[in-house]
Amino acid sequence: MNVGLFIPCYIDQFYPDVAIATYQLLKKLGCEVNYPMNQTCCGQPMANSGFSDLTKGCDVNFVKNFRDFDYIVAPSGSCVLHIKEHLKEGGDKAELDKIRHSVYELSEFLVDILKVNHLEASFPHKVGMHISCHGQRGLNLSSMSELVAPAFSKTEHLLNMVNGLDLKKPLRADECCGFGGTFCVFEEAVSVKMGKDRIKEHLVNEVEFICGGDTSCLMHLEGILKRQGSSVKTIHLAEILNSVL
Amino acid sequence: MRAKQHAEAAQEFIRDEARTDWHDETLWFVRAKRDKAVNTLPEWEKLRDWASQIKNHTLSNLDYYLKSFEEKAISNGIVVHWASDAEDHNRIIHKIIADNKIDKIVKSKSMLTEECHLNEYLQNKGIQILDTDLGEYIVQLRKESPSHIVLPAIHLKRQDVSETFHEHLNTEKGNNDPQYLAGSARHHLRERFIESDLAITGVNFAIAESGSFVVCTNEGNADMGVHSAGIHIACMGIEKLIPKTEHLGVFLRLLARSATGQPITTYSSHFNKPRPGQQMHVVIVDNGRSRQLGRADFRNSLKCIRCAACFNTCPVYRRSGGHSYHSTVAGPIGSILNPNLDMEANSDLPFASTLCGSCSNVCPVKIDIHEQLWKWRQVIVANGYVDKGKKAGMQGMAWVLSNPKVYRMAGKIGRWIMRIFPFILNNSLNVWYKQREMPRAPEKSFRDWFKENK
Repeated sequence: MNVGLFIPCYIDQFYPDVAIATYQLLKKLGCEVNYPMNQTCCGQPMANSGFSDLTKGCDVNFVKNFRDFDYIVAPSGSCVLHIKEHLKEGGDKAELDKIRHSVYELSEFLVDILKVNHLEASFPHKVGMHISCHGQRGLNLSSMSELVAPAFSKTEHLLNMVNGLDLKKPLRADECCGFGGTFCVFEEAVSVKMGKDRIKEHLVNEVEFICGGDTSCLMHLEGILKRQGSSVKTIHLAEILNSVL
Repeated sequence: MRAKQHAEAAQEFIRDEARTDWHDETLWFVRAKRDKAVNTLPEWEKLRDWASQIKNHTLSNLDYYLKSFEEKAISNGIVVHWASDAEDHNRIIHKIIADNKIDKIVKSKSMLTEECHLNEYLQNKGIQILDTDLGEYIVQLRKESPSHIVLPAIHLKRQDVSETFHEHLNTEKGNNDPQYLAGSARHHLRERFIESDLAITGVNFAIAESGSFVVCTNEGNADMGVHSAGIHIACMGIEKLIPKTEHLGVFLRLLARSATGQPITTYSSHFNKPRPGQQMHVVIVDNGRSRQLGRADFRNSLKCIRCAACFNTCPVYRRSGGHSYHSTVAGPIGSILNPNLDMEANSDLPFASTLCGSCSNVCPVKIDIHEQLWKWRQVIVANGYVDKGKKAGMQGMAWVLSNPKVYRMAGKIGRWIMRIFPFILNNSLNVWYKQREMPRAPEKSFRDWFKENK
């Protein structure tokens, strides 16, 4: 299985450990993983700010880098959702459709494609779960508190395979953390307030880590935690699934 | 004068953090109550589907249903008026008032009359209207606008209400007992109900096949007003129609559960025709709605039944308050309706969202609110209602991210600066840094690692 590893720009630049964990985990699970060396960004920051007209360059570059894979996998629900919904240039319709249908967020790839039901992972810590909106409401990675529907969670399904992990959920199971892309600076006050409120609920559960599937949310929460002088750390799902004692 | 932009108003709102927490928790309580109520109906999602389809069908055949409604209403003895905009709406109502030489008017809650600024219009002509919905009454006394379409005074604490009533109704100073306060308001309102000659109401649902309409309240104030006045004027937007009476079985079940978690509004009043000797008028208002209907990406915002579930679930609304949206209809739905009314003045609103999508999930008529927020952003930028600096920044970013070599070089330099000269970014000019630390800048990017370790 030929997997193209799609590492969002800010993970490449600021959180290489998340990308390394994703790469190692996929290899461990038997995938042939390639990292196209000229990838940059999916174009979401511009599009979500109203400048989808400026994403052509990113689209073209993305298609050039990822056109030849069976699957494209990224440790970010948000960037995957952007490709699925808004990739519009760089190839003909069939090619773009193929990319849109073969791009996966890491946990959905592990659960739906690899059908992972056992992991050699161990993480003996109290971990708070942060559900990122685009993965949840956009990619349907877990059930949503607003809907009348059976409960499920692909992320939890995976975390339950990790030895020693004590998973804690905040009271408001799936409220947004307030990152929101450029929202985090253009609506700074609301953004930070939302993040502080999320953190408060995790602190009540006395967690050591806040875990999520989108590093962007985690970067925002980490920034607030550090400013608060908190000992609580943020960690990406891939890092937990890839961890061994 | 341009209203304060959402971000700025929100920042002011949040300055009182304890009050922000109270506001957030109060509205979250309503959201939680809604969750509990909807989970008692296994067919909830089916109902949402039906409601959405009925509304889609109605909007696609609006001309037919409007004519049908008008025809039936006229044959029921209702006088039907058509208003193309707010000015028209206000003028029509003023004419009815003037023709009948009325000076005492009560009004139950109608967001349409708020949208048209009817109170102000009539006040300028020396006519006073009394709002009889308790929340509306409170904000009217305070000369404020509603901050929420279902709970107009939700931004106020009981202490605030107590002070307002003490000032205007001479209630006991410092008596914050809700029962006492509501009782005092009721006492004052009752007299006005009895002496009023004309009652204005909104319309929740207008039924095309019968020419009748339904008004939902929890306080019974619409009925009180209408039953004691000789003239009833009901104001409705063109999108309030549903084809058949039996469709009420879908909408009434959805409305109150979505709005407040009640199984049904306390009063769902059906108006078919005037009583003997009474005048009944319906004012049907466009005010930009047909323009919205013509916008393929945004037309289904007209499905809205004004339950405000999207307000209550919105993490941004709960932490910024309704007034920060500087519009009659705040919250996520307001942010997709208001740019249609005035794109420039409301160009900030579609950006007052993280696009988390919770609004679309609670919407009882399945409006894709967060997707429309995204689409409005594109339209607003394309129309040039965007800060020049932001535009230049986005163009620069797009250029960097379109060129892999430039991107890598920019990343390398950026990380180097962050490591060696953190003060360049860690200062008050960096909005991120105001309340958050910057991420640690590693020496190597993932790509660098991959080249060495693959």
